[in-house]
Amino acid sequence: MEKIFDVIIIGGGPAGLTAGIYSSRAKLSTVILNEGSYGGQVVMTNEVANYPGVELTNGYILANTMKKQAKDFGCKLLSNIKIINYDIKSQIKILTLDDGRIIKGKSVIFATGGRPRYLNVPGEDTFKGSGVSYCATCDGDFFSGKEIIVVGGGNSALEEAGTLTNYATKVTIVHQFDHFQAFPAVIEEANANPKIEFIMESKIAELRGDESLKKAIIENLSTGNKTEMPIDGVFVFIGYVPNTEGLEDILTLNGNNEIIVDMDMKTEIPGVFAAGDSIAKRYRQITTAVADGTIAALSAAEYLRTKID
Amino acid sequence: MKMLQTNLHEIETAEELKKMQEDNPNLMVCCGRMGPMCIPVYDIMEELEEERENVKFAVMAFDTPEAGIIRNDPACRGFMGLPFTMYYKNGEVVAATTSIQNRQQITKILDEKF
Repeated sequence: MEKIFDVIIIGGGPAGLTAGIYSSRAKLSTVILNEGSYGGQVVMTNEVANYPGVELTNGYILANTMKKQAKDFGCKLLSNIKIINYDIKSQIKILTLDDGRIIKGKSVIFATGGRPRYLNVPGEDTFKGSGVSYCATCDGDFFSGKEIIVVGGGNSALEEAGTLTNYATKVTIVHQFDHFQAFPAVIEEANANPKIEFIMESKIAELRGDESLKKAIIENLSTGNKTEMPIDGVFVFIGYVPNTEGLEDILTLNGNNEIIVDMDMKTEIPGVFAAGDSIAKRYRQITTAVADGTIAALSAAEYLRTKID
Repeated sequence: MKMLQTNLHEIETAEELKKMQEDNPNLMVCCGRMGPMCIPVYDIMEELEEERENVKFAVMAFDTPEAGIIRNDPACRGFMGLPFTMYYKNGEVVAATTSIQNRQQITKILDEKF
């Protein structure tokens, strides 16, 4: 007989894995469909120091433990999945995968997460790994004695700029607004660092070089003037974008393409829930993703108990 | 001493890398740290290891002196992003990449070179 899962979870980050742990432990037949590697953005975190009950660990270990927990409770995990069609408005939700497989379920939890935002300017792809980086801890030492740009104005950008001054002779922060979004203490620390300079109300328009990055074209957003700056490296920390492509016509998204849910993680479609970094919310932490995943799984369980014939 | 927490074989010495090149006509080695640019590549390799029996997948810790054999390989000249990923065909470097790569980029090289 054709398998119909109680819960289909899309996404294998902390929100999706937690939802998987809760629903499979509640004896609901559960499958997690994951496009990339399990753990989501958590595996991109070198140090996790503020996850309650767990002493200093790294994101890879934390995510792997969550994955193992979900699996041990009987959750089915499918990776490298690409969903090409969603038919989720009826009582039985039907997902079509690019390899032709059909996955059916009585409820769906979207936990598709987010990904780092790229500059999307000419030259960014060309110089990735030869001047353009997204991780100070990983690549900072390649820029010892060199001059670099950090793009962004949030906590990550300013903190990583500080880290990068351990290697680079000069760090120029390029930010699109006339003020920073980082916490005051972080801004103060960056201001006090003699190796850090600031170019405000500006963006990177283009990156140029030969075998490696040599120049950044910086555009002043208030005047439109473009200037050329000789540079060895550009580090990008400009936030995250939700992985909600293809959902625009299915679910209600806000202006940032985040899924709108209520406090029980319900979307407007009965039996369809969402959790984690793909939903519209203010704070994005591992702990909040885990909480979202828990609520979504419990809501799905309630829906199955009370609404399904 | 092993330094990378992956399920892939970790090469610990330059001599071991040479031996693996001799024993495996198609060899992919990812040289990195347990960092955000490297871990996704290890994950993809773990998945591919189950699917591609014709390729041997391994990792090597970037910061060990022995990894100089990769860090100083001419194919890595100009590389400024971890991980350094090497593809060896019959012991010769046929491709090398720097920084994070996605599954599509990796499988494209595997399909073309191996």
